[in-house]
Amino acid sequence: MTVSTAEMAQARVRADAEARAPLLEVAGLTRRYGARIGCADIGFDLWPGEVLGVVGESGSGKSTLLACLAGHLAPDAGRVLWRDRDGRARDVLAIPEPERRLLARTDWAFVRQNPRDGLRMGVSAGGNIGERLMAGGARHYGRIRGAAADWLARVEIDAGRIDDTPRAFSGGMQQRLQIARNLVSGPRLVLMDEPTGGLDVSVQARLLDLLRGLVREMGLSAIVVTHDLAVARLLAHRLMVMKDGRVVETGLTDQVLDDPQHAYTQLLVSSALRL
Amino acid sequence: MTPDDADYTFAYLDEATKRMIRRAVLKAVAIPGYQTPFASREMPMPYGWGTGGVQLTAACLTPDDVLKVIDQGADDTTNAVSIRAFFAKVAGVATTESTREATIIQTRHRIPETPLTEDQIMVFQVPIPEPLRFLEPRETETRRMHALADYGLMQVRLYEDVARHGAVTLAYAYPVRVAGRYVMDPSPIPRFDNPKLDRSPALMLFGAGREQRIYALPPWTRVESLDFEDHPFEASKPDRPCALCGAEDSYLDEVIVDDAGGRMFVCSDTDHCANRRAAGAQASAP
Ligand SMILES: Nc1ncnc2c1ncn2[C@@H]1O[C@H](COP(=O)(O)OP(=O)(O)O)[C@@H](O)[C@H]1O
Ligand SMILES: [Mg+2]
Repeated sequence: MTVSTAEMAQARVRADAEARAPLLEVAGLTRRYGARIGCADIGFDLWPGEVLGVVGESGSGKSTLLACLAGHLAPDAGRVLWRDRDGRARDVLAIPEPERRLLARTDWAFVRQNPRDGLRMGVSAGGNIGERLMAGGARHYGRIRGAAADWLARVEIDAGRIDDTPRAFSGGMQQRLQIARNLVSGPRLVLMDEPTGGLDVSVQARLLDLLRGLVREMGLSAIVVTHDLAVARLLAHRLMVMKDGRVVETGLTDQVLDDPQHAYTQLLVSSALRL
Repeated sequence: MTPDDADYTFAYLDEATKRMIRRAVLKAVAIPGYQTPFASREMPMPYGWGTGGVQLTAACLTPDDVLKVIDQGADDTTNAVSIRAFFAKVAGVATTESTREATIIQTRHRIPETPLTEDQIMVFQVPIPEPLRFLEPRETETRRMHALADYGLMQVRLYEDVARHGAVTLAYAYPVRVAGRYVMDPSPIPRFDNPKLDRSPALMLFGAGREQRIYALPPWTRVESLDFEDHPFEASKPDRPCALCGAEDSYLDEVIVDDAGGRMFVCSDTDHCANRRAAGAQASAP
């Protein structure tokens, strides 16, 4: 199961890349909260196998942008095109609710900052991981359980915890379980909002290593929102820097962090402790 | 009884109400397993005593019908006797304890052992019609889940059971998938009775009075009990024969027979057991 999920994902990445088209094309995306700007006029492409980091201080509009991309929030203006499995460009904002829900439990994944928001706290670890498979029609208990055990191992949770509920897990374990629950279906696009945000520094490091391994191994296409430049440095190929709801700078991660052009980015980089 | 000499409308409910219920029944039959809302009426009995079933029976009865009412498979319990007496009085219909003679069978908890026919209607009294209620308490959300056939969560519930107990432990109200579409609560019948729902020749109607819902299985509808390929659904029952008629294949109730706490297992379907004994069947000597 491990191998096949990873292989499937990689095969998909290859197929997508061969299509020579971005997975996501975003243009003019704007969301206001009354008079206040959530995010404004955001545009970018995300290519298959690419990890885009979105950085900026708290309140800069990162979560708003991610929620609009995922269809959790309706933007006031703009367009999001999604390349589906058949290579067709689909207008995400116009996809009917049933299909969007289907996408949300198959092709898309959304990892939340607080694992309690992304897990079923009353359901066992195995059930949490198996839910996407079952929602997708899996009906073989042994195989579902096998995939769950496999994913527990991949996120470094002891197999003996498979029937425990996440209530009994540490914050780091809960976050790793949330990641397993999201990746088990081999999603084509992973959205993460501050995935290491609520964790102790030592726990963060371990989670980052794990995420980096998974991104490489599965060839994930992902958008990672973070206010932590160290996280961005480790995970992202490309960065988008946001301030007051707008993008102020974009570029390859090393370029942006080592040679920031915009004054705001320079401030961000210089105020970060060490990268 | 003719309309002229009746002191009340045939079968208690006024004609407009019966029409409203029949419209809901038609819609329910058209969308098998879908919970159709209806304007449940006050009945001269408390909720939980089968007011949903009673309203369905009232809306289905014609003067020529023969009514059977069972509670836990028995015709002689208080609830069954009083509902039967109620319709004998307000509709003047014949009543029976025989499954074969009945044209309408109102039930709580059981489906008769005697195979049903195309000329019969089963009416189920349902306390809680929503099978997803215990997984998702928000009605807005469960409706959306039904609308989108988003039933992964229900399967997760079964997964949890198998993980903890090695098998699905639900003994009653075991959820089913109707015609490959809606997931439905078959009312508190034992899972032993679930196979009787599948492709039943009789029309099956389900009424929840307090929750104001009607749903239906038209004759011959495919009804599958949810399960896993490697943990297939099993219709379980106590693994022993009836202590009275010796039946090996009928659902048994455990009854206490004396002050010393002596117990025995007997057919829950009293009509079935009595018929078998009348035909000479008996329990093999212990
Ligand atoms: N639900 C909301 N109602 C009103 N304003 C909001 C709401 N959510 C976010 N905002 C505002 O939108 C801006 C962007 O917020 P957010 O997207 O959460 O930023 P970030 O994730 O970068 O911290 C902030 O000014 C914030 O106060
Ligand atoms: Mg945020």
